Amino acid sequence: MRTGTDRVKRGMAEMQKGGVIMDVVNAEQAKTAEEAGAVAVMALERVPSDIRAAGGVARMADPTIVEEVMNAVSIPVMAKARIGHIVEARVLEAMGVDYIDESEVLTPADEEFHLNKKEFTVPFVCGCRDLGEAARRIGEGASMLRTKGEPGTGNIVEAVRHIRKVNAQVRKVVSMSEDELMTEAKLLGAPYEVLLEIKRLGRLPVVNFAAGGVATPADAALMMQLGADGVFVGSGIFKSENPAKFARAIVEATTHYQDYELIAELSKGLGTPMKGIEIHTLAPEARMQDRGW
Amino acid sequence: MTPISLMKRGIVMTKIGVLALQGAVREHIQSLEACGVEAVAIKRKEELQEVDGLILPGGESTTMRRLIDKYDFMDDLKAFASSGKPMFGTCAGLILLAKNIVGYDEPHLGLMDVTVERNSFGRQVDSFEADLAINGVADNFTAVFIRAPHIVEAGENVEVLSKHNGRIVAAREGQFLGCSFHPELTEDHRLTAYFVKMVEEAKQKQLV
Repeated sequence: MRTGTDRVKRGMAEMQKGGVIMDVVNAEQAKTAEEAGAVAVMALERVPSDIRAAGGVARMADPTIVEEVMNAVSIPVMAKARIGHIVEARVLEAMGVDYIDESEVLTPADEEFHLNKKEFTVPFVCGCRDLGEAARRIGEGASMLRTKGEPGTGNIVEAVRHIRKVNAQVRKVVSMSEDELMTEAKLLGAPYEVLLEIKRLGRLPVVNFAAGGVATPADAALMMQLGADGVFVGSGIFKSENPAKFARAIVEATTHYQDYELIAELSKGLGTPMKGIEIHTLAPEARMQDRGW
Repeated sequence: MTPISLMKRGIVMTKIGVLALQGAVREHIQSLEACGVEAVAIKRKEELQEVDGLILPGGESTTMRRLIDKYDFMDDLKAFASSGKPMFGTCAGLILLAKNIVGYDEPHLGLMDVTVERNSFGRQVDSFEADLAINGVADNFTAVFIRAPHIVEAGENVEVLSKHNGRIVAAREGQFLGCSFHPELTEDHRLTAYFVKMVEEAKQKQLV
């Protein structure tokens, strides 16, 4: 019997495909998410838009909240650790969390190195803006990727930029001849072996979800259409007027992302979505996506 | 011309669907194609008409159930079963097939005479790979278990195909095949091929 193998860790993310992972801050929200058809929940102390508003240092959630959420639902529970914070990650692993997000939404603990995720039994998801970043995270042992987008803004523009960029770069690598890959690896800052694997498979070796700015069912469907394997929704759901209805609408729009009549129906009367932030108004130090190396 | 020779000439190509509401759909489709049959992702209930057999893939059973209800799949899936066409549930798919689920009052499809327990090997950190002997399929099958269920109890007409540490992890009852693990996550297509054979046999019976 072998635990923590690549197949077991990456396979867990494969089972989430086509689904929606929702940020929750307590048991009640977790149950609403499960009831709406979420494939997993992310247990947090505060959703990204509140982290943004609160300022200061954002850390791993209080284990009480994570435990409360784990006890409330039967779907997998994810939790966030700070970039490079070995102990936060080990604590979450010891608690039996199903997936850890080494997340730029929290204040980084290490401004040079990410976690060596290969050493863990629990699988990790990491954010990426381009293939270099994606491949470095895979090289460190990430079993799942997500776009970084710009968390807590309710603005999809950055997530769109990131998924388009990664997919265009994947297509390029797949079409390149093998003798060109080493130089491409140098240019991208990507491990050569990961690029070889991408070329062999014709795609990324792990699933890539959309995250960071999904605010409406149409946003979720857009990301699926651009090639995301599934969607993370952070602040959008429980900041909306009717979270249960909103959550169900996002799940359905993700499943049937090309059924525009259905998405029109789903989008009716959802109330005001989160206000959102125009990206250019964010100060450079407020851009979470620039965290990570 | 006999049905079998028609099939051999590719005139009646075997078509197997994969329920594509959520989960590991792509992997099952690749595995079916590797077994030489046509594979179709089933997103709408009308599409069930086109296929000779159906795989219920791994994923999150609660999510799939919600979408089954939402898109009114339940009656059509049950009708598909009563027409005698084979169904294969892997992991969450097995949970959908089972007649009883430990801790729940109601089953989902309730088609296969087994009682299953969800997440019965523990959380994700306890997920594992193990080498199994599967009756009539393989004696060295690498199986990937992810937050897997297991069969706690099997009815008298259920043939137990495989056990891991004393727990039933693969079984067949007539047209229904179920397993706790994910055959679609490895390159070993022998269990999928076993299901393809079930579908081809059922199809021949219906044609005769």
